[in-house]
Amino acid sequence: MSGVHVSTTINGDPVEFACPQDETLINSLRDRVGLTGVKEGCGTGDCGACSVTLDGRLVCSCLVLSAEVNGKEIATVEGMVEDGKLHPLQQQFIEHAALQCGICTPGILVAAKVLLERNPNPSEEEIRYALAGNLCRCTGYDKIVRAVQAAGKEMRKKSR
Amino acid sequence: MRYEAPGTTKEAAALLEKEKGSVHVLAGGTDLIVRMRLGLVEPDLIVDIKHIPTMQAITASASGTRIGAAVCNARLGENKALKKAWPGVVEAANLIGSDQVQSRSTIAGNLCNASPAADSVPALIAAGAKAIVVSKNKRRTVAVEKIVSGPGQTSLARGEVVEAITLPKRPARSGDAYLRLTPRTEMDIAVVGAGVSLTLERGVVKTARVALGAVAPTAILVPAAARAIIGTKLDDAALDKLAAACSAKCDPITDKRGTIEYRTKVAGVLGKRAAKIAFQRAGGVL
Ligand SMILES: Cc1cc2nc3c(=O)[nH]c(=O)nc-3n(C[C@H](O)[C@H](O)[C@H](O)COP(=O)(O)OP(=O)(O)OC[C@H]3O[C@@H](n4cnc5c(N)ncnc54)[C@H](O)[C@@H]3O)c2cc1C
Ligand code: FES
Ligand code: FES
Repeated sequence: MSGVHVSTTINGDPVEFACPQDETLINSLRDRVGLTGVKEGCGTGDCGACSVTLDGRLVCSCLVLSAEVNGKEIATVEGMVEDGKLHPLQQQFIEHAALQCGICTPGILVAAKVLLERNPNPSEEEIRYALAGNLCRCTGYDKIVRAVQAAGKEMRKKSR
Repeated sequence: MRYEAPGTTKEAAALLEKEKGSVHVLAGGTDLIVRMRLGLVEPDLIVDIKHIPTMQAITASASGTRIGAAVCNARLGENKALKKAWPGVVEAANLIGSDQVQSRSTIAGNLCNASPAADSVPALIAAGAKAIVVSKNKRRTVAVEKIVSGPGQTSLARGEVVEAITLPKRPARSGDAYLRLTPRTEMDIAVVGAGVSLTLERGVVKTARVALGAVAPTAILVPAAARAIIGTKLDDAALDKLAAACSAKCDPITDKRGTIEYRTKVAGVLGKRAAKIAFQRAGGVL
């Protein structure tokens, strides 16, 4: 079976690769593009560890075929650092110790970034709903929620 | 496996018709790609419908609203006019999975996947929604409740694709609602789902449709439950009759989420509650 040539933009840079037509985006990102920030927890859409954005919308990269992303824009956790500086969410996750094993963290950071861009001042309930598609087996979520709140605060201050 | 992304419904229908092996339509992939991953399906051809402009559009006209089969569920919630006219359909669609799943999943995919617990289906049945079904040589309009024929099975013929779901024009003083019971508030499968849509005339229910999910091999329309509230102001006696009609129509299974008895009872309770919400949304006073 012949493969597919994919030409896409990842974290602002043009990227091209070839892969089998049934390959999922998570595997292309990790094994062909070298972006190993995306993690596979389940491979079936339940855990969110593989979260990326596709044309600005949050998706599970395990439930996207690479063939589908031709001509589209993808953003991953690797794109969150700007000019060598951690994103406020990344900084606050460190300060709040909002991670233990870290497998869920890249997906949660990407999901939380989408949330804060849409809603700069979310309530705790809104944060918990927005992150319902991201499972964490270590932290118990409280520190994650607090880190997202703190990052939101910091970002609101900056944009003022 | 071959992946194709046609730009028109006609091309999609031609591809589906021509393929001799196993062929699957791809909308959001939140069921299909999971099934591929689990080895439950091995497609020879996947036809991605997301590049077809008519399938990506939500359009309102004099006859009602047309939701293209590739429109992701998040977009339904973002469409203010749709949310205002059909709050029950939109709340059902928006219950499907996480934000990640919302970005991809579709109501047409929810319907064609044919799970008995599919959340948008009872709401669509209650709304009187229709599916526009297209194949190479034919186009037909089918009531949504006629699409699913059993768990995982549809009445679609080989080569057919759903192009859009249509909702009828909404008379004034109408309202709809969908409620589901799940052990978790998010990311869970319905134990029972109930959709109600109704229209009032001078404070009295003039027309109504009641549908249930997860209590039978397919989502079901319950005409007796609608009859129980038509002509009433949704007084307690009418609501009790509606609940009894809902429970009477149940043919559920026992599984880890609920027993037959529990599902049967809850179907009546949710039917009642959904009817009250729909009534209030229509401007009725309880
Ligand atoms: C983590 C997770 C959580 C979920 N939670 C819920 C939930 O809460 N409630 C719920 O009801 N479901 C849930 N689902 C299931 C799934 O998301 C829904 O059924 C969804 O609506 C399917 O839509 P899709 O566009 O992704 O379908 P796809 O996966 O693209 O397609 C599903 C099936 O329908 C066929 N199909 C799709 N579109 C058409 C068409 N236009 N014409 C003909 N055939 C077509 C496909 O070939 C396939 O067989 C969940 C799934 C995941 C992964
Ligand atoms: S790996 Fe994609 S959701 Fe779990
Ligand atoms: S830190 Fe281990 S899963 Fe979240």
